[in-house]
Amino acid sequence: MTLRKAGLAAATALVLSLTATACGGGGSDSGSGSDKINIGIKFDQPGLGLKTQDGEYTGFDVDVAKYVAKELGYDEKDIVWKQAPSAERENMIANGDVKFIVATYTINDERKKRVDFAGPYLLAHQDLLVRADDNTVRSEEDLNDSKMKLCSVTGSTSAQNVKKDFAPKANLINYGGYSECLTGLENKAVDALTTDDSILAGYAAQKEHQGKFKLAGLSLSDEPYGIGLKKGDTELQKQINDALKKMVEDGSWEKAAKKHFGPADYKYEAAPEITETS
Amino acid sequence: MFDFLESGQYDVLGAFWVTVQLTFYSAIGSLIWGTVLAAMRVSPVPLMRTFGTVYVHVVRNTPLTVIVMAASLGLFQTLGITLTGSDDFEVIGFRLAVLSLIAYHATFVCEALRSGINTVPVGQAEAARALGLNFSQVLSLIVLPQAFRAVVTPLANVLIALTKNTTVAAAIGVAEAALLMKEMIETESDAIFLVSAMFAFGFVVLTLPTGMLLGWVSKRVAVKR
Amino acid sequence: MSNLSVLYDAPGPRAKARNVLYSVVFVVLLGLALWWVLDIMADKNQLDAEKWSPFVSDGRVWTTYLIPGLLNTLKAAALSILIALPLGAVFGIARLSDHRWVRVPAGAVVEFFRAIPVLLMMFFANAAYAQFTDISSDVRPLYAVVTGLVLYNASVIAEIVRAGILSLPSGQTDAAKAIGMRKGQIMVYVLLPQAVTAMLPALVSQIVVIVKDTALGGALLGYMELLSQVRLITANYGANTIAAFTVVALIFVVLNYLLTSLASWVEGRVRRAKRSTGAVLHADTNTEMEFDEPNVAS
Repeated sequence: MTLRKAGLAAATALVLSLTATACGGGGSDSGSGSDKINIGIKFDQPGLGLKTQDGEYTGFDVDVAKYVAKELGYDEKDIVWKQAPSAERENMIANGDVKFIVATYTINDERKKRVDFAGPYLLAHQDLLVRADDNTVRSEEDLNDSKMKLCSVTGSTSAQNVKKDFAPKANLINYGGYSECLTGLENKAVDALTTDDSILAGYAAQKEHQGKFKLAGLSLSDEPYGIGLKKGDTELQKQINDALKKMVEDGSWEKAAKKHFGPADYKYEAAPEITETS
Repeated sequence: MFDFLESGQYDVLGAFWVTVQLTFYSAIGSLIWGTVLAAMRVSPVPLMRTFGTVYVHVVRNTPLTVIVMAASLGLFQTLGITLTGSDDFEVIGFRLAVLSLIAYHATFVCEALRSGINTVPVGQAEAARALGLNFSQVLSLIVLPQAFRAVVTPLANVLIALTKNTTVAAAIGVAEAALLMKEMIETESDAIFLVSAMFAFGFVVLTLPTGMLLGWVSKRVAVKR
Repeated sequence: MSNLSVLYDAPGPRAKARNVLYSVVFVVLLGLALWWVLDIMADKNQLDAEKWSPFVSDGRVWTTYLIPGLLNTLKAAALSILIALPLGAVFGIARLSDHRWVRVPAGAVVEFFRAIPVLLMMFFANAAYAQFTDISSDVRPLYAVVTGLVLYNASVIAEIVRAGILSLPSGQTDAAKAIGMRKGQIMVYVLLPQAVTAMLPALVSQIVVIVKDTALGGALLGYMELLSQVRLITANYGANTIAAFTVVALIFVVLNYLLTSLASWVEGRVRRAKRSTGAVLHADTNTEMEFDEPNVAS
């Protein structure tokens, strides 16, 4: 074996990786300029925060965020949308990656140790999504039955509620996302998908799902959605609270709720009182 | 600091026990199915060779998460194959996870064994055939026993990888360690470091001794040539 | 025993006929099974056009989700490979050092990082970056994914390199010493170049592992790689999970198949004139192989 060959051999591994790099360009968009505002939302939640095929963002959370941003003095085109996965929300706020987060973010004490909230802007309840022709579930008691096949998302609060609180006997399967549960519901492998009714309504309202699924209408828990912001930023908290109040008063809130939840026949709660003040 | 453990809310040991069980059944299954695949790939029947090759190439190149999802969405949800008589999602999920782990890791066992077969001197097989042994006898009595001894270390590495890959079963809701970790991260968002360090430690405890034990075994059984 | 026909007699006319029969029966059975599966899927509305047609008729599925996802997967994989290869080589060589104070720590590091699931390392890295650095959230998931992949794969590559070097005949070192080479020279000019040829198959399968493992970064960290695009696609196209997973799986299989084919072509070129060292480390993830392959005509 000559040294030249050896060099060739050593180079191959490198070349392999280089060719891969060549195709891996692009990606990071321009950072936040001084007049831009970064807002964290969900990208995969129909009806609340969804990145559509055209790369646009729609949903109730998105509309609330837009309204608040407008009240804070930002134009809609200055908004930079950031994906805020559940496990990342506190990190993103604490790091200042985003100004605030509107992403089905339930206010609770554990989270308040690391972030502050404004709002709430929506009061959701844990509920069930069932097939449109299924009338077996009428009350909370029906759930606690080993024949009840429930589906939820791994690690979510709803899944933990089912196990610990109201239906420890139910047959519960957890998936990584809601779509897998919907496939199961369609296939009749599960009887109900359980999570916040606002999220369920978003799915039920999609055009592919209309007429297939319905909400059972049980209020199994209270989930006040807040806008997460940096701990101790009382100035911003007050501004956002004012913006939310105004949004309710001028009817924009009702309009947004009707637009995103209406098609699902979801009887959303009226806009909640602001509780998170300092 | 560890107050979330004292509350008794989380069954960490129980979750790791599920991980151990997943590993145990999948390891046995992968060893068997992997050996069969290796036998297919060296068999005289062209059909079996083709099947083995195609299977290994397709399955090895697919992310395990996708295989696990295929088992749950395809086999269970759509085709109604549950591998058990019961309706209990925990049992179904566990068995589907074991099935997927076997399907995936058997390809690695197969490839390890194939390279093990390559280490057996040709004379061994020639002598065996001169004695009148047929293919299955040559393989099972002469070649495979020597091949296995040569590949204890690679197989140990597959076993370690398998132990860690059981975490993927969380995607279909098997209540093993990774799933509990996700739950704890969701609810104990102020102790993320502690939680992940604890689970990392758990896996080190599971995998390090396996590696050492099998490293020792591999030295003991190695064929001196 | 690379020439496997040594295991059995060449098939005669009857065996050949039997093989044809086996093949026909197998294909028929496969067809029946496929038909049964498709029948049930159609029954459960899983073959509905609205679930599958977006992948063919709606170009936006590709431009908005799949292609950016694929690029992200490639980017994370390429970065990880570029960093892990040299790092792994350094650790592999360090484990073979004559000095105990180099060998032992290197060994401890390698063993430790091989023992922890990649997902956990990614998650840990992400939390650490978030807490102690001000890396923007745009790139933090990428950094975390690459960190996790590098830590794990560098230690696996270290083992491959070590096994590759150990598999060389000791005569190589002896001869190099005899002509007066120093330790560093022996490693760089004699051992490593030969070991690389032997290691190629194992390295390539490790690269495939890296490509697949980028998928772990999606769900928990929000790195928008190929597999995590399934979530967005199914959210937009009415929970067509089976269709979306199938398409993504196909992309992965094709990508990795191209990668391995390319690698074996390169390997063939490198190895063509090779006669001397008998060592071959065989393709196998995470596997360290400490055995020699007798040099049989193949």
